[in-house]
Amino acid sequence: MADFLQLTVSGLGTGMIYALAAAGFVVIYKASDVINFTQGDLLLLGTYLIFFAVAQVGLPWSVGVAATILLAVAVALAIERLVLRPLVGEPVISMIMVTIGLSSILRSAVSAIWGPAPRSFDSFLPSGDIAIGPAVLAADRVLSIPIALGVLAALGLFFRYARDGIAMRAIADDQQAALSMGISIPRVLAVAWGLAAASAAIGGVMLGNIVGVTPNVASIGLRVFPVVILGGLDSIPGAIVGGAAIGLLEAYTGTYLGHGLNLVVPYLVLILVLMFRPYGLFGKEIIERV
Amino acid sequence: MANPPPIAPTAPASPSTAADAATPPPLLRLNNIEVLYDDVILVLRGLSLEVAEGSIVALLGSNGAGKTTTLKAISGLLHIEDGEVADGTIVFDGEEIQGTEAHRIVEKGIFQVLEGRRVFEHLTVRENLAAGAYTRRDRRAAEADLERVFEYFPVLADRRRQLAGHLSGGEQQMLALGRALMASPRMMLLDEPSLGLAPILVENIFAIIERINREEGTTILLVEQNARLALSVAGFAYLMEGGRVVMEGSADELRDNEDVREFYLGLGEGGRRSYRDVKHYRRRKRWLS
Repeated sequence: MADFLQLTVSGLGTGMIYALAAAGFVVIYKASDVINFTQGDLLLLGTYLIFFAVAQVGLPWSVGVAATILLAVAVALAIERLVLRPLVGEPVISMIMVTIGLSSILRSAVSAIWGPAPRSFDSFLPSGDIAIGPAVLAADRVLSIPIALGVLAALGLFFRYARDGIAMRAIADDQQAALSMGISIPRVLAVAWGLAAASAAIGGVMLGNIVGVTPNVASIGLRVFPVVILGGLDSIPGAIVGGAAIGLLEAYTGTYLGHGLNLVVPYLVLILVLMFRPYGLFGKEIIERV
Repeated sequence: MANPPPIAPTAPASPSTAADAATPPPLLRLNNIEVLYDDVILVLRGLSLEVAEGSIVALLGSNGAGKTTTLKAISGLLHIEDGEVADGTIVFDGEEIQGTEAHRIVEKGIFQVLEGRRVFEHLTVRENLAAGAYTRRDRRAAEADLERVFEYFPVLADRRRQLAGHLSGGEQQMLALGRALMASPRMMLLDEPSLGLAPILVENIFAIIERINREEGTTILLVEQNARLALSVAGFAYLMEGGRVVMEGSADELRDNEDVREFYLGLGEGGRRSYRDVKHYRRRKRWLS
């Protein structure tokens, strides 16, 4: 029982980091229909930037986190401005292909700057244990859950009430009609990439604390795909539920069904969802008037 | 290149030739506009028209005459369809705006209501209206406009939390007009507001279009297939055929014109003509123009 509780919390903790990365993916998809293959690399960039800020520059952690987010947003805006904006109006597939290229560029840039060897810094999330009944839980994992949920709730509110949030959903619904409202597509695209980078950077900061700083983080970022396929490509709540589900599944299968299987299970889920419910759990319903 | 002369012998002289120094310049003026799609397909061929501030002007014509293209040329929405204004000028409020980005044109005060309503189906009524107010800077005024929209269309107030995709066709057209009101534009371009609506709703919508023009002072350029309806609200009208204006005049003049009566109002004196006659007549007109 104690094992189970422990697994659940650690699974949810990981799952929420997946959800953060996935939320950034969802923001870009909602605003532009672009499947963003760089999302995992933005996560990777986040872990290295926090390492750079805290361990290499020696900033206090609060300043370091702010700097990490700002730098990640700056990188994303540069990508948007220099690479993606010229492609506005071209078929979406060309932007998608470009993000695949950008993904390997980002990854190589990170390893060119910081090298392939794992790095580490002193974790600033509380590292003690929390005892709940018979279970002893790692404090950092527990803490990552409310942090992630807070960020995701903020994103949800943005989509619901903010001017640019509504504009993003309007563009996703009917691009020409959105243009006729005076909504500027380049501006909205920039906001989307900025938000995606910010949420990925926060996820990266948490990964850096919990897992450490290694190039493998990019492969953790790949979990974004099963998460968003399960939750629905265009749904923030879907990202949360999908993240939690994939995180828990990994934790349970890794322990109860054998190590190694946890690496496969997310992708099995991906295939099953695509076969039986291709728009995911919370994907956009198609409205038919009767 | 001059405005092509009116074809029908009974058509009145163009008002621009009769204009004297005392008349104020029109709010919107199109001078010899040519529009190309995909760099080769010429859709508008030397189109000129004027819209005076505070007026309702109708743009009539059959399918494919270039009415929608004209509106999109004004509102800057041609780009994403690979169309462009290749020649001529569009002057709004004394400023050339051809080739300007669509969102800048909305900021300048021209708002197009697209054909087919085009509400954001997955957004609520309230959110659709908020999208209409996207370019507004003064939040308080936009709030007041929201109340104004609900006054025009009480049914939208009742349904403000519903998804727009679940509204009926008439309610969606009201929402499309409400969205335009939220932008508080100086000029609205309305594309086929009667399309697909029941006659009773059409009357309702047109009464509101007149009211918007009267009470908000909004200048309106109206594209409409239903010529009778359009001429009932418009003061001045242009008739388009094959990408250019073939006739222009006050609504009364056009309503009394024999050709218009016959082919656009269906009121010909010599009884019903067969479609073949109409086609033949059109072909002959094109040769002459």
